[in-house]
Amino acid sequence: MDHSIYRSHVLICTGTGCVSSGAKNIKVKLEDELARFSLNKEIKIIETGCHGFCEKGPIMIVYPEGVFYCQLEEEDVVTIVEEHLLKGRIVDGLLYKEPLTEESIPAYQDIDFYKKQERIVLENCGKVNPESIGEYIGLGGYEAAGKALTTMTPLEVIETVKQSGLRGRGGGGFLTGLKWQFTHTAKGDKKYVICNADEGDPGAFMDRSILEGDPHRVIEGMIIAAYAIGADEGYVYVRAEYPLAISRLEKAIEDAEELELLGQDLFGSGFNFKLNIKKGAGAFVCGEETALMASIEGKRGMPRPRPPYPSVKGLWGKPTNINNVETYANVPFVIKEGAAAFAAIGTADSKGTKVFALTGKINNTGLVEVPMGITLREIIFDIGGGLTDGKEFKAVQIGGPSGGCITEENLDLPIDYDSLKSIGAMMGSGGMVVMDEKTCMVDVARFFLNFTQNESCGKCTPCREGTKRMLEILNRICEGEAREGDLELLEALAHHIKDTALCGLGQTAPNPVLSTLEYFREEYEAHINEQKCPAGVCNALASSYQIDQAVCVGCGMCVKVCPVDAISGKPKESYDIDAELCISCGACADKCPVDAISQG
Amino acid sequence: MKSLEELKELREKLQKDIAMRDDSEKPKIIIGMGTCGIAAGARNILQAVLEEIDKRNLDIVVTQTGCIGMCEKEPLLDVQLPGKKRVTYGNLEVNDVKRIIVEYVINGKIVEDLAIAHFEE
Amino acid sequence: MSKITLTIDEQKIQVEEGMTVLEAAREVGIEIPTLCYHPDLALHGACRVCVVENLANNGLIASCVAPVEEGMEISTRSSRARRARSRNVILLLANHPNDCLGCDRNGTCELQNIAYSLGIRHETVEELAGEKRDLPLDNTGPALKRDPNKCILCGRCVRVCEEVQGVSALQFSKRGFDSIVTTAFDLPQSEINCANCGQCATVCPVGAITEISDIEQVWTALEDEEKHVVVQTAPAIQATIGEEFGLEPGTIVTGKLVAALRKLGFDRVFSTEFSADLTIMEEGYEFLDKIQQGKRLPHITSCCPGWVKFAEHNYADLLELVSTAKSPQQMFSTLSKTYYAEKSKLDPKNIFTVAIMPCTAKKFEKEREELRDSGYQDTDAVLTTRELARMIKEIGLNFNDLADEEFDELMGKSSGAATIFGTTGGVTEAALRTVKEKLTGEPLERLNLGLRGIKETVIEIGDLTINVAVASGLANAAKLLEEVRAGKSKYHFIEVMACPHGCVGGGGQPLPVDNEKKDMRAEGLGSIDQRKYVRKSHENPMIEKLYKEYLGDPLGGKSHHLLHTSYQKRDKN
Repeated sequence: MDHSIYRSHVLICTGTGCVSSGAKNIKVKLEDELARFSLNKEIKIIETGCHGFCEKGPIMIVYPEGVFYCQLEEEDVVTIVEEHLLKGRIVDGLLYKEPLTEESIPAYQDIDFYKKQERIVLENCGKVNPESIGEYIGLGGYEAAGKALTTMTPLEVIETVKQSGLRGRGGGGFLTGLKWQFTHTAKGDKKYVICNADEGDPGAFMDRSILEGDPHRVIEGMIIAAYAIGADEGYVYVRAEYPLAISRLEKAIEDAEELELLGQDLFGSGFNFKLNIKKGAGAFVCGEETALMASIEGKRGMPRPRPPYPSVKGLWGKPTNINNVETYANVPFVIKEGAAAFAAIGTADSKGTKVFALTGKINNTGLVEVPMGITLREIIFDIGGGLTDGKEFKAVQIGGPSGGCITEENLDLPIDYDSLKSIGAMMGSGGMVVMDEKTCMVDVARFFLNFTQNESCGKCTPCREGTKRMLEILNRICEGEAREGDLELLEALAHHIKDTALCGLGQTAPNPVLSTLEYFREEYEAHINEQKCPAGVCNALASSYQIDQAVCVGCGMCVKVCPVDAISGKPKESYDIDAELCISCGACADKCPVDAISQG
Repeated sequence: MKSLEELKELREKLQKDIAMRDDSEKPKIIIGMGTCGIAAGARNILQAVLEEIDKRNLDIVVTQTGCIGMCEKEPLLDVQLPGKKRVTYGNLEVNDVKRIIVEYVINGKIVEDLAIAHFEE
Repeated sequence: MSKITLTIDEQKIQVEEGMTVLEAAREVGIEIPTLCYHPDLALHGACRVCVVENLANNGLIASCVAPVEEGMEISTRSSRARRARSRNVILLLANHPNDCLGCDRNGTCELQNIAYSLGIRHETVEELAGEKRDLPLDNTGPALKRDPNKCILCGRCVRVCEEVQGVSALQFSKRGFDSIVTTAFDLPQSEINCANCGQCATVCPVGAITEISDIEQVWTALEDEEKHVVVQTAPAIQATIGEEFGLEPGTIVTGKLVAALRKLGFDRVFSTEFSADLTIMEEGYEFLDKIQQGKRLPHITSCCPGWVKFAEHNYADLLELVSTAKSPQQMFSTLSKTYYAEKSKLDPKNIFTVAIMPCTAKKFEKEREELRDSGYQDTDAVLTTRELARMIKEIGLNFNDLADEEFDELMGKSSGAATIFGTTGGVTEAALRTVKEKLTGEPLERLNLGLRGIKETVIEIGDLTINVAVASGLANAAKLLEEVRAGKSKYHFIEVMACPHGCVGGGGQPLPVDNEKKDMRAEGLGSIDQRKYVRKSHENPMIEKLYKEYLGDPLGGKSHHLLHTSYQKRDKN
């Protein structure tokens, strides 16, 4: 019997369970390690029987501290010896932990992404099975429609929607109840309701997600609208690029027809409603309501002048109400909870919530629903988690190609329809593209203008010809070939198109240019006067990259990513960039682990 | 639907069904099958879930849902264990499916590094 | 209708509700320039050249489509309005070849006129210089050619082809700056369902759609010693060509026209009205025969080649109802190279036949393989009214001062019935004059059917009741034909002219034109009928002579061979 005094005892379980999970090897390893540090005189190893915790084996207990290590691997033994036995530091990572419960992870409403959200439209999205009408009904679905059809007159429905202050979520922000009233009042032997699901802004996917995630909510909203205006037929105009949304909607319509929530004599009220899907071929301009109707009629999607407005002369010449997906999706809440409940959310003139699609240089890209009046700072930094890679915020483009950019100075502005308009942006459908310091605003304007130029229907002169000339000027600026007076001409054309284009697409197409000109004019001027792209984006103006020899560690990472083989040098010494060959793409600078590469 | 009452009766019946289903001790796996989820690989996740269930001969209900907004963290997968709160796992890769099923669905232990949030009723 | 009060250029006016700002301005004599607007077509609102400023809300509005509103304060002259208007014209010019000197429409081009009146300078257009549309021309013809680079996308051709003609041969295609007006699948003009009516060319404000010219061929023939060049002029020409020389629409210039043709060097100057009388004889007898033999009705006229091609594309199943009688142009040309050749002892191979037509479809008709009964291509060249005017201008004739001359004898005499072939309803009236008199000996009263849309009437001939319908504009024709196809038509006789108003509104007539001008032309032509001594085709002495000395009886063997034709089914698109 060994009666020596040891400063520590290490108990290793060699019960069958732990042996089978490798306790023998752990013991051998421990003996080796103790010998290596000559600790075998100070520390004694004791084999024990089963602790009943076989599931966590191999197990080791260190006394006198009584520290319990579990699920050990051989390399863990090295750590325990070096850290705990030699230096007296307990190895946290190997300690036994209480198993986590559902409560030990945060609840949805406690994580930053959801904390400031208020979900009406998206209430069910991501929770229910969109292909199950039962789940929708189980959560109270179609009760608003039932309530409207059986207990309210069409005028009462319209009045409620008016009272709620709900405004069109497609961009224009016209009062929904008022629009319904116009169509209700218009004379016609037949009327239509149309749901505009031709979402086309780059970076916007609110409507798609709603249709995919909760199609019945949209259908219910349309039933209520149809009842209010006296329409017996409706169309959902959805782009063919949304196959999943279409198939979910088809299933939803089928199921609703099965339960007679669509069809004849709904809820015994005598009201009939038939809902059709019309797939759009993907022309952006078909989001414009008159072009959309032309497309449903089988004609080329080209806008026509208004008036007459669709509420008077719409689809096939009949009074027609057109709202977008999100607008209809708000309606069941308004009817069910009442106008006051809805109006309690939001600002004085913009009630309720708005769904935004967060994209660009933001950490939490995704879909959020926030109360009107929230600030952009809250959306971008609190909900969105700030910018990626810790970069500086530069601007956010809101309202897509029809909108404008918003800069740091307006981040704390409570956003609603009117406040956004006052700073040259617009609510739009809800796309939000976040841009960081490495974004060239001239290039951004060019991107959006290129989009609208390509998507112009070609009907009216200013949009067809004018946006092309604007784009040519922007191309010249980005390529360092701007002519004398180009900036003034660009501005004049922008105002001209805004003033004289036929439809919303054309009238708003210059917005990205006008708003970047307002907030980032110096960036335009740098391109033109100094032949420089401050953000280093415009290739033709970007100066070549250089390697700081004093910092370079010769790792050679830059050589591997250079697409034009402009970098040469010796491994472990240093590298050099051939300025003639360099196309200033910046791939090397991004890759360099020691930040030795920068633009000259 | 012939009346609002009929709708309400249907709702109650459906709610009862759901309640009964919860008591039936069947775990439920709900996969985020919006376009964002599918683009991030939700179909492969679904496939892996089905294979794992098949391999282990488990009695689990598999269903789908739309986009919950965290497109960044797709693919997302929720697990609803009987009597427990519904838990969302995210940023999944196919290999993670096995862990979720073994550690959480079978053994009831949250897979900590994949769990994102739980639903409050 | 209630009244709306607004001010335009500080003038307070009251107009009917529903009127556009443009119409209201014109009511008080204020002219606003327009390009895509056309009074006979649906409103389009695309060119934005007619923008005016509403001072009440600082908005710029397209006056052609904006309805008048109470309290509007319109300025057509504010600097903002003028600048916007100019800039849109400049934008159009920046994407236009601007080669006015070589353009068919030099002098009648609306874009040119507006650029001139707005004082647009070359330098301001150059400021916007950039990419220009550069697409191949389509001159596959044989009637019309398209230059997409001149097109300003106003869509008038698209609208007239769809709304008035129901053909829709032209449509917008592509997007944005690449937008063009083109045919289905960009097929060449020669391979589409186009009727060649040329209405597109008459509404085109620029030189993007014009007729394929035969002028050079005609000059060559005129200068060729070997060739004996015979010219025929269609009835409508005498009432319209004056416009090319500054005369009012509808001014009758038959004598000057004949004189000018002689000065141009044509060897014989004849009138298509002669063969129009002949057409009446053949077609009248054909109709009589159908009635008497109980053959399938309605009888449908065939003198308009635009209509015939339209029917071949769209109503091939009803072609048996279309008269087999050739059109007056073709009867004339066949006889020129047979009857006239024989009488004049000329070798038909040396006879060159030229037709002066109000029409572009006639250029297609002359190329038809069926129309070579003389052993040669019966018609060698077709000139539109516009082309003939160009030739007259080229040799420096002072048209208005020419002394009146008469048509040459053998094939120059005609009846009043033949003259009214040039307007819608004329063929019907001419045919029924002969039919009624042949059957009952009684003269037919003037029908006065009117000029627009579909007209119908009932004519009692003895104990026969004949239901007649007359359509001009192919969309109108299609309505009648759909009824026939459905077996629901009550008509026994249907006349179709492809162009609204008939030949006075033809695709080859002077430009610019609108319905009002066409009314005046038709009125002018009608007045000749009233004045003519011989008013019925069968009383034309030269026709009697032709049958007696050459053809025999109407519908007889020789007539059948030389004066009748057949049709072919064509693809729907």
